[in-house]
Amino acid sequence: MTTHRITAFLLSGSLFLGLALTANALSGPKIPQARGEKCVEPVEMMRRNHMEFLKHKRDATMRWGIRTEKHSLIGCIECHAAKGEDGKYIPVNDPDQACHSCHDYTAVTMDCFSCHATVPKKGAAPAGSKGDS
Amino acid sequence: MSTTKRPDNRGRRRFLTAAGGVTAVATIAPGVRLIQRVLAKEDDQAVSSAVRWGMLINTNKCATGCNDCVTACNSEHGLRDTGRPDTDPQWIRKVKLVDDQTGKETSLPMMCQHCEKPPCVDVCPTGASFRRTDGVVLVDKHICIGCRYCMMACPYKARSFVHQTLTDQRPWSPRGKGTVEACTFCVHRVDRGQQPACVEACAGADHGALVFGNLNDPKSEISKRAKAVSSRQIRADLDLNTGVRYEGV
Repeated sequence: MTTHRITAFLLSGSLFLGLALTANALSGPKIPQARGEKCVEPVEMMRRNHMEFLKHKRDATMRWGIRTEKHSLIGCIECHAAKGEDGKYIPVNDPDQACHSCHDYTAVTMDCFSCHATVPKKGAAPAGSKGDS
Repeated sequence: MSTTKRPDNRGRRRFLTAAGGVTAVATIAPGVRLIQRVLAKEDDQAVSSAVRWGMLINTNKCATGCNDCVTACNSEHGLRDTGRPDTDPQWIRKVKLVDDQTGKETSLPMMCQHCEKPPCVDVCPTGASFRRTDGVVLVDKHICIGCRYCMMACPYKARSFVHQTLTDQRPWSPRGKGTVEACTFCVHRVDRGQQPACVEACAGADHGALVFGNLNDPKSEISKRAKAVSSRQIRADLDLNTGVRYEGV
């Protein structure tokens, strides 16, 4: 009788632990709320294709001087960079931020931010691109 | 997804035909007004070979000791002094020339000359060095492997290699360790109808030694001036047809 109880207890315990782990794994990465009304593409499309959009846009901008905001990395960062309690922007590649959070979860390394700015800057908007210092 | 599709130029052609060049009066600094013919480019329009960007530098107006263009460039693109002058990137530098016979000193800014036939593009093994159809020579840092062939090939010593890990770059000017970089003619500004940072700074300091514009447009300020006064390309013997020209040397 006692053995049965112990077995039942262990089984229920492992089941509970298993459920907890599954729930944690399913909850996925936590991304701070983006500013702006909505994304330039549907969420599902973005999840799958954002790298293609960025790559296409980077060539259009660099090689052909097309400077629309849609699909541009600057545009992404404008909306997705969160502000900390001190009112300053948190870099998008910091842990738990828009880019890093997902890329960490999916174990995909990105190399965008060894060159590209990680926070919005004054003047980065299309209207004018004057230096900030 | 059409990742390699060339941007459609037809809209731009129609626009250019209709606009036929717009005369704009621009106030670029207090007391300095430029009446300039500009070819307005919409953000979604691709650059075209109808435009050839160039710069005419009047060395007679370029003051010895003045460094405003260099400072403006550094600020615009986030080039910082790391205390290693031998290897710190420089996109534009002041050069002093002294005539041995007369002792006459000339000061001039030297940077990427945006050649029509750029040697850096010729030698690049990956296609990272390229020339935009409007004549601006750039580096695609996504495919630059940092071999520095282009730096060896450039007769103007205009390119720099980034040796250090960088942080806090300008959003409009991505720069990173392990790649080669040089003057971009401030394409991010020029594409929106603004002047390069150095030109703006020079005009702002009331020197007006730098004139930037479209060499293909006979009515542009730069074309008129280039037609009126004697100017030369540095190392014209190399037949590179530089986009930057100098007066008074």
